[in-house]
Amino acid sequence: MMNKRLKEKAGFGALAVLTFLAVVPVLAIIGYLVWQGWPALTWEFLTQPPRKFLTEGGIYPAIIGTLALTVGTIMVAMPLGIGTAIYLVEYAGENVFTKLIRIAIINLAGVPSVVYGLFGMGMFVLTLGLGRSLAVGALTLGILTLPIIISTAEEALLAVPDSYRYASLALGATKWQTVRRVVLPVALPAILTGTILGIGRAAGETAPIMFTAAVVYTPRLPDSIYDQVMALPYHLYAISTEVPNVSQHMAFGAALVLLAIVGAMNLVAVVIRTRMRLKRLR
Amino acid sequence: METRLSNYYEKGIKYFFGLIAGTSILLLFLIFSLLFREGLGVFSNVGVTNFILGTRWLPVSETPFFGALPMIIGSIIVTLGAGMLAIPAGISIAVYLAEVAPRSVREVAKAVIELLAGIPSVVYGFLGLTVLAPVIKDLLNLPSALTAFTAALVLAIMSLPTVVSISEDALDAVPREYREASLALGATKWETTVKIVLPSARSGLMAASMLGLGRAIGETMAVLMVAGNAMIIPHFIFDPVRTITASIAAEMGETVQGGLHYQALFGLGVVLFTITFVINLITDLIFTRTSSVKRGTSL
Repeated sequence: MMNKRLKEKAGFGALAVLTFLAVVPVLAIIGYLVWQGWPALTWEFLTQPPRKFLTEGGIYPAIIGTLALTVGTIMVAMPLGIGTAIYLVEYAGENVFTKLIRIAIINLAGVPSVVYGLFGMGMFVLTLGLGRSLAVGALTLGILTLPIIISTAEEALLAVPDSYRYASLALGATKWQTVRRVVLPVALPAILTGTILGIGRAAGETAPIMFTAAVVYTPRLPDSIYDQVMALPYHLYAISTEVPNVSQHMAFGAALVLLAIVGAMNLVAVVIRTRMRLKRLR
Repeated sequence: METRLSNYYEKGIKYFFGLIAGTSILLLFLIFSLLFREGLGVFSNVGVTNFILGTRWLPVSETPFFGALPMIIGSIIVTLGAGMLAIPAGISIAVYLAEVAPRSVREVAKAVIELLAGIPSVVYGFLGLTVLAPVIKDLLNLPSALTAFTAALVLAIMSLPTVVSISEDALDAVPREYREASLALGATKWETTVKIVLPSARSGLMAASMLGLGRAIGETMAVLMVAGNAMIIPHFIFDPVRTITASIAAEMGETVQGGLHYQALFGLGVVLFTITFVINLITDLIFTRTSSVKRGTSL
């Protein structure tokens, strides 16, 4: 009996130690990033274009480029993603078409991001002749984000109790009226959470925009959706590998700003979700 | 009359959403056909076997060679290395969180894991390059730490959130009654965990592992930055390697549209697409065999 208890203590103890060993170094490295990057975050760094082959000045065009790409991604992925989820949950029957859609979504979710980059380049830049541009980057990132948004929006719609739907239909509302006025408003916070999480993922992607939208250096901000842009993730890649003589603290600064943008999006999503959970508990 | 009109309207809306939902099928088809269309040239010019089993990759030399084997092996080594680190660690963490940890620790850990999953791969690559690699270099006394090992380590850290959160869902889905029955028969909590909970969650844990591997093999920026990018077949875990994804990302900028090099990189895209497709298929078979976990595409 004693032996048994000892074994249990040892087993669970080992698990706790392992968890600690896996999580703490990762958090420490991220803490180090914050610590190293913090001094670089001056007003000039955030609001000025780079100078002298990216070795001086700031990262303003890259920040704006990333925000512009993010807005574009939302405009592509959100209508398609939510529309697909509405179809799957509210309208789809058990048939071949529905099955095909589900297979397609699962496989799209597994496609590596660099393959999306190849697709965006081959399809939009070359075949359709749109050139490297903000629009193509947003399309590529939008397609990449689509599976995430579909699956979270689907979960959000499924979580709306059927009794809501029956009540609305029993009062004489049509299916579409029910979906638009009853189901969607209830599911909206959860849909937004998923969308923000997906978009946050897209904002940090590098490989899909390398050949579709991003350039190493341009002092200009984009005038139209057909302009090339600087983007933070690609900027970070360039200054830490390809561009010589960039001081480490500028690289840490860029990494920290990227982390902050993505982290802020994640945080907003988590806050919305927590508030929803608390509301449901009350 | 009015009802009939509104019936048409309702039908129209249904078809409208059906059309939107159909874009996913169209997109998958377009990706598939575009990769093959652009990559076909290399398979017919170089030959499928020479491309996949060739050991020399000299795309810009006078007589170019397009043998992708070093990269295919590079991808496999780095992915398996990452799996060997991330799968045991991830499942252990999931067991700790699901079975042992107090509720508060569990909630905090879940939020942290979600935030870790959201960190962009280029940031992981940057940290691997500037923080991890120098430490590994000093610790192991290597000439350069940009090796398969470092890449595997960084990939393991990156796939950990996927493995942990899906494993935890799988453990969560094991019915309480199983645990209670085992405890009631006098088993300790540890025995219950090892002999009852883990076997019951087996297929979910396998699926978590597969999805972790899938994430690792498709990862691009981090491996491009830390794997060393030597175009040789590695003999040793501390040799530099180059993966399929890294080659596409590194070389695409220098190619001419329609040229053999361009086609060869799309050919690599086909190889990569096929590998991830197979991994997905296996995962899916595991998922259909069990209903214990819902498939999440969010991680």
